[in-house]
Amino acid sequence: MTPPENAEQTSTTTSASRVLQLQGISKSFADNEVLKDISLNVDRGQVLCLIGPSGCGKSTLLRCINWLETPDSGRVILNGQRFGVHKSGAKMRDGDLARMRSRVAMVFQHFALWPHLSVIDNIMASPLHVQHRDRQEVREEAIALLKKVGLTDKAEMFPSSLSGGQKQRVGIARALAMKPELLLFDEPTSALDPMLVGEVLGVIRDLADEGATMVIVTHEMEFARQVASQVIFMSDGHIAEAGPPEEFFAAPKSDKAKQFLARFHQHLEARSAPAVER
Amino acid sequence: MSYNDFILVWQQYPKILEAFGNTLMLIVISGSVSMLLGIFLTPMLMSKRKAISLSVSIYCESMRCMPFLLFVYMIYFGLPSAGIQLSNWTTGIAALILYNAAYMAIFLRGAWQDIPKETIEAGRAYGFHGFKLFRRVIMPLMLMRAIPMVGNQWVQIVKDSAFLGIIAVTELTAAMNSIQSTNFIPFASFLSAVLLYWLISLVIELVTSLFTRYAEVRRT
Repeated sequence: MTPPENAEQTSTTTSASRVLQLQGISKSFADNEVLKDISLNVDRGQVLCLIGPSGCGKSTLLRCINWLETPDSGRVILNGQRFGVHKSGAKMRDGDLARMRSRVAMVFQHFALWPHLSVIDNIMASPLHVQHRDRQEVREEAIALLKKVGLTDKAEMFPSSLSGGQKQRVGIARALAMKPELLLFDEPTSALDPMLVGEVLGVIRDLADEGATMVIVTHEMEFARQVASQVIFMSDGHIAEAGPPEEFFAAPKSDKAKQFLARFHQHLEARSAPAVER
Repeated sequence: MSYNDFILVWQQYPKILEAFGNTLMLIVISGSVSMLLGIFLTPMLMSKRKAISLSVSIYCESMRCMPFLLFVYMIYFGLPSAGIQLSNWTTGIAALILYNAAYMAIFLRGAWQDIPKETIEAGRAYGFHGFKLFRRVIMPLMLMRAIPMVGNQWVQIVKDSAFLGIIAVTELTAAMNSIQSTNFIPFASFLSAVLLYWLISLVIELVTSLFTRYAEVRRT
């Protein structure tokens, strides 16, 4: 497999700003090889968009980053520390793994809020019970985050009474409350009505503008073009093409990417893309 | 049977009320403790360690296919021969707890498996693991899903408690049986007992429906 196109460019940055490194990640389910020797880097403040046809392995790759799936081989390195394996080479036990996971926050396709907790308790749960931070401080931050995602009035409601777009904004607030070193988004808008996509993408775009480091699996090409600092196009479990969005969307090099984008443009003509709220 | 039969029965109300109180106590103690024990056993049933899940599962299944009456006999006669001396009361409560905790654990496991995988996974992704994951994410959702079944099991405990007369625990059925056999008014005595059991079941149903309403908005 070829390294990402911009490997040379990113390797010149100091290791201090390298948030995430994936080295040779492979993963199979039974005899289906879904990830084949994937390597990539994400630096502080970068937004990496993973795109590609369904089943190409992009969601699995995202889940390997915080070890929700254990890669069969390869390394995941978060700010210099290896995920899942101690320096001594010993496998991490659940407690250590959980501590590492709490440094990364994930936003799920189907929101995966905790239905038994109110909106604000969803946001406060992990900072309180995993990170053991001060309740008063966590609460104030949670309220500020709700304001940021425009849901101040929903704090005491339960997820079951929210719309999909509101649920996902709570999901994002829950992620931010962790003060994560890295944010992972697993198709954050693909379970939403087209009408509600814009409000969620707007929040993510604001995060990008503020310099959050993110890996986003998405099918929203226009959004990826606007927000990404690098785009990785995956196909059949490997990286078919990688590069800055201007290059990738204007002049894709690989045939697979050309086909994929052509199909996307046909699709675009059929229905107009959802507007991104700013 | 006549109206007078009931008067005759209820003239012995101190005896009835004492037995009713005993029955209530049996139910409240064994219901609460078996629920707690069930909650404690469920993670063991779900354990990835085969030795743990298998042994708890053998216990649960053996309770499930054993008639309660036989189980009471086994404990009552079995424990002393193993050198453990318990009062009839303690034996009765222990039997109710051990028997019903197994049922609780079995349907709590079902409720656990019914929780969407992604909801638990979100807990893991946010740094919860082990007991904390169970306590904060799995257990509340599992219990809310299991409310109707927990209610049923409490009603089952009400009925099981009526067996304990056979080991000389003075609960409601035993007391009514003694009243009917001294006065020869079986129908009035037993019907009175049935009405009292029914009353307990109504209360259980009421509590169950209150919890159901609480859980409604928090379940999915």
